Amino acid sequence: MASVTYRHVWKKFGDFVALHDLDIEIADKEFLVLVGPSGCGKTTALRCLAGLEEVTQGQVLIGDTVVNDVAPKDRDIAMVFQSYALYPHMTVFDNMAFGLKLRKVPKAEIKRRVEEAAQTLGIEHLLKRKPRELSGGQRQRVAVGRAIVREPKVFLFDEPLSNLDAKLRVQTRAEISKLHQRLQTTFIYVTHDQVEAMTMATRIAVMNKGILQQLDTPQNLYDKPDNLFVAGFIGSPAMNFSDAHLRRDNGGLYVVADDNSFTVRIPEERVPVYMPHAGKKVIFGIRPEDIHNPEFAPPGIHAAPVECKVDVTELMGNEIFLYLVSGRNSFVARVDPRTRFAVGDRVQVVFNMDNFHIFDPSVDAENPKAIR
Amino acid sequence: MSDSSPVRTATFTYRLRRFFGSLAPHLVLAGYSVFALFPIFMILINSFKTRKAIFGAPFELPNAQTFSLIGYETVTKRANFAQYFINSTIVTIGALLLILLIGAMAAYALSEYRFPGNALLGLYLSIGIMIPIRLGTVGILRLMVGLNLVNTLAGLILVYIAQGLPLTIFILSQFMRQVPRELKDAARIDGASEYRIFMLVLPLVRPALGAIGIFTMIPIWNDLWFPLIISPSAKTATITLGVQQFLGQFVSDWNAVLSSLTLAMVPILIFYIVFSGQMIRSITAGAIK
Repeated sequence: MASVTYRHVWKKFGDFVALHDLDIEIADKEFLVLVGPSGCGKTTALRCLAGLEEVTQGQVLIGDTVVNDVAPKDRDIAMVFQSYALYPHMTVFDNMAFGLKLRKVPKAEIKRRVEEAAQTLGIEHLLKRKPRELSGGQRQRVAVGRAIVREPKVFLFDEPLSNLDAKLRVQTRAEISKLHQRLQTTFIYVTHDQVEAMTMATRIAVMNKGILQQLDTPQNLYDKPDNLFVAGFIGSPAMNFSDAHLRRDNGGLYVVADDNSFTVRIPEERVPVYMPHAGKKVIFGIRPEDIHNPEFAPPGIHAAPVECKVDVTELMGNEIFLYLVSGRNSFVARVDPRTRFAVGDRVQVVFNMDNFHIFDPSVDAENPKAIR
Repeated sequence: MSDSSPVRTATFTYRLRRFFGSLAPHLVLAGYSVFALFPIFMILINSFKTRKAIFGAPFELPNAQTFSLIGYETVTKRANFAQYFINSTIVTIGALLLILLIGAMAAYALSEYRFPGNALLGLYLSIGIMIPIRLGTVGILRLMVGLNLVNTLAGLILVYIAQGLPLTIFILSQFMRQVPRELKDAARIDGASEYRIFMLVLPLVRPALGAIGIFTMIPIWNDLWFPLIISPSAKTATITLGVQQFLGQFVSDWNAVLSSLTLAMVPILIFYIVFSGQMIRSITAGAIK
């Protein structure tokens, strides 16, 4: 059991900055997910913690110990790799026992621990097989088993589900969550899949280009993204963005699209937050589920009507994705499945103005900050 | 019936073309095999014939009149022959094992560790592929004299290690780069030492080891140059050198020459068969996942 701390960690490969002043404190027993697009530095962060990469600057702590100069084997961590990295010429039992044997754990103890882990994971019957005789899902379990038997302070997962098929991935996701509850240990999990991040994490660290973008609970990340990158990365389909400006009119504050294709009123109670930015250029963001067919819009919301043309419709069964075009802006809307809009129709949808996001591009044009 | 016939014709032409398509390479390969195996076959059949028959009808198989084991008798009567055989085996196996061990370790280091001059060192080590070691014979002989290694098998083994290492390191480091990094990382986290990790990687490049085994072993076994120069004494002569004593300036004992060559081929053929399975796997590695 231990906390993990990244203290102003930098990692450079030549001129390339892989980690840019990473500063995270991870509490004991937390399930932290590092998420971001490929090349964002999340795996590097994990490898620095494992001791497989040396940090260029800063400190990595496990518990209260600075582990910068501690060998991987002495850091009391276990890691599950994307490719599982099972030793191909060893049986499943030997794969799981390898780390314990090297640590000179007594034979009986090794046997007990391996069998216990195998039972937990439902792979007792596979112990005598070689990795090549196993399916992807089984290999994945063995890799997790190899980590469990070590009884480490911290578990590291490097995209462990990416090589599984969709159905197995969902199932294994739940199992890893259960495992975390049962073991009561710190889990650090790297993925590029925001669904995995949202479903498993106690907290999520969103990274891009080596920089930590936001660190928060899944719900807060979703509801209150700090910046444009996080807003666009978390959620599927992604949040819709349009270039707009804020206009004061008749005592109200309006978001007006730059091409004048839509004008929506900001509800009274949120006006004070945005008033200082009146007249300025902003980026307006709204999630697909906050665009409704007026017929089925929930009652009591601040609905703002917008005229659009339907470009594509995708029926998902329990919902319909509408690809809408309004002027130079396009939106994805997730609407009620009873909606009967046809491609090419000019329709009216409503934006739920209780849930929208406004970003200020004046400070950082590449990754505008949210105005709150 | 009428609308099915074009389909049948198409299938037939396709089959015909496929048949001839696969026939051509087989013909070429069969022709080459005959061409390559013919000298070996000639040595083999003539080693079982009388001297007269060897010269009279070299292309005929031995029959009741021409059959003779005189060559083999000569070879076995010379007590030294067994010694040559043992010498060749010690030199070949010794050099081979050391080449594979040292080469694999060097290749592992080159492929696994990032250190300044890594690429340069790799290049330096592979220069030996392009420069034949025989160019340095004079220097090597001087060195051997200085180290008192003339007329020893150890001297010969050392030369062959130098001869075999460049290609071994070059090929093995390519193969070792293909071993997934995660596997080594997993072992490192599990607490394996670098030597242990090396031993873990070795079985994964076994096909390459097999191929290199053949590539390096055959030239060593067949070499005449260095045994002649470095260890020509009766005690340390190898089999290829031993055969030379039957070849005189004026008279050659062809029965003995052919018999000893036949005997010399046997071990190398056995090794070849053992290693070739591995080699084929390594050549097709990557082509088939």
